[in-house]
Amino acid sequence: MSECTCHDKYSLDTLVPQIGIITDIRQETPDVKTFRVNAPEGGKLFEHMPGQCAMVCVPGVGEAMFSITSSPTNKEYQEFSIKKCGVLTDCLHSLEVGDQITVRGPYGNNFPVDTELKGKDLLFVAGGIGLAPLRSVINYVIDNRADYGTVDILYGSRSADDLVQLKEIQEVWCKTEGVNVHLTIDREQEGWDGHVGFVPSYLKELEFANDKTVLVCGPPIMIKFVLQGLKELGFENEQIYTTFELRMKCGIGKCGRCNIGSKYVCKDGPVFRYDQVEELPNEY
Amino acid sequence: MYKIAKSNLPELYKAIAGSKELYLPLENAGQVNFGPWSEDCTPDIETLKSVKSPKDVFFPQSENLYTCQKEGKNIKIDPEKLKDQDFVVFGMKSCDVKGVEVLDKVFLADPIDTYYAARRDHGIIVAMACHEPEESCFCKVFGIDAADASSSIADVATWMIGEDLYWKPLTEKGEALTSELSGLLSSDGDENKVEEEKQAITAIINKLPYSDLSLEGWDGDHFEEKFNATNWEELYKPCLACGTCTFVCPTCQCYDIKDYNTGNGTQRYRCWDSCMYSDFTMMAHGNNRNSQMQRFRQRFMHKLVYFPTNNDGMYSCVGCGRCVEKCPASLNIVKVIKNFGGDK
Repeated sequence: MSECTCHDKYSLDTLVPQIGIITDIRQETPDVKTFRVNAPEGGKLFEHMPGQCAMVCVPGVGEAMFSITSSPTNKEYQEFSIKKCGVLTDCLHSLEVGDQITVRGPYGNNFPVDTELKGKDLLFVAGGIGLAPLRSVINYVIDNRADYGTVDILYGSRSADDLVQLKEIQEVWCKTEGVNVHLTIDREQEGWDGHVGFVPSYLKELEFANDKTVLVCGPPIMIKFVLQGLKELGFENEQIYTTFELRMKCGIGKCGRCNIGSKYVCKDGPVFRYDQVEELPNEY
Repeated sequence: MYKIAKSNLPELYKAIAGSKELYLPLENAGQVNFGPWSEDCTPDIETLKSVKSPKDVFFPQSENLYTCQKEGKNIKIDPEKLKDQDFVVFGMKSCDVKGVEVLDKVFLADPIDTYYAARRDHGIIVAMACHEPEESCFCKVFGIDAADASSSIADVATWMIGEDLYWKPLTEKGEALTSELSGLLSSDGDENKVEEEKQAITAIINKLPYSDLSLEGWDGDHFEEKFNATNWEELYKPCLACGTCTFVCPTCQCYDIKDYNTGNGTQRYRCWDSCMYSDFTMMAHGNNRNSQMQRFRQRFMHKLVYFPTNNDGMYSCVGCGRCVEKCPASLNIVKVIKNFGGDK
């Protein structure tokens, strides 16, 4: 029998990951760490766009989809901010600099930074670890400052200790012209002289002009009330973007887990505009 | 049109198996399922339906994707070799052939699944007309012709007529296989006999109880109406969430990806999974389909609304009737379609 040559037309299957080496770990909060990942030979594993995700895996332990929190304008590495909340994330938190993991991706669509968001005044609304996917966009916007209008970042968490990326927020975002940061925590805390209160109520207090384009990510309950608040301020669904998180295995729209209606969140999302969200069955 | 005496089929199997892997319906412990031919196997091409669909020939119930070795802190990945030898699937019915066409829409869509694609490239499908379709069959509803696989993706169409098997190559692959078997196939098959057989089969199909089910309203335009219908609240109740329907189904393609600890590293494998299972969509922050009603609805909405929305109206049910026969609670897609008024 002749040698088969049909495989020459295939590239390596997308389910086969690359090896990533952890080159830095930052303890952001008691239960969130940010992992810096490089290719073993140095440099980035792949190029991505803000809002895209990747499958991160500890072989033998588990694999899950995480948003890439670093901006594509960062030419040296990718970062993932990961909250400790299950078997895989417990294991990831036990890893050290120099340990290897596997990564495959990038998967999904991205926030439309080069099209619909361009030239717009932007309002980012994040709660807790929900800042992770938005951070990629925020840093992209900061690095391409001239392409966008004013930037407002409303970010809240349970306590001052649970705010992720605080150093970058204080040292970079707060000091960038045209970027206004509004932080809030749920309850009074010693040493905190900033705003206290839930994100949705702070949103209403701040009375943002309703001509902004909004990017929101956080716990479902926060998103629900943020949307109500935005509606009250006169925002339309077409101005609001969010990113979904569902159980995923393949990342390429085949394994069936993240199927909602005729969409696959891993492939058609994770970024959706709210008028698109409204067309989906309520199963997210 | 070629033909071979049925009494000569063991020779045909042997001849095919001489140069290729051959999968065919085999009797084992009272059940018929597709399996690899061997000297001492018991082929059974008279039983109409295998218990499981033959989809696992292209999409195995479990398959390795790669092996991961750890040396100190370093990880080494060794992808599984792709299928590189031709093989023949003998005796697939039109519904199951259509099932492969449905799987193609999933696995060959960009980015293609190379494991599946390699099997499709090397697989030669020899379809067989359904001599006597059964009561649970409703392939006609989906425009599938149990009497003739000529317009399907099969490579060869065959018919069992009297003491002979009639054989008609449909594709280049089918022609090549036919010429390899020229010593066993005679080229004097009577076309008229095949036409008669097709008419006889069609006559049976037209009399089957589910052949007139109507799929009117099962499309993207009626998605909200179907999704929000109160019918689901009652329909799902007997469902045991056992997943039998998804495992016997020729088109169900949901899968899981897992690691197996080999003691010397890990083996990454994928295996069939079921949207009927409660942990299918479970994640650390919750479960977006946390009731059995939602999971039950998902399976049928996917087959009858979501899949056709994404695939030019192609349903991901082929009417093979296996779920009708195997569901321990007598729940099935026919019941769903009828409950929504599809019983003409």
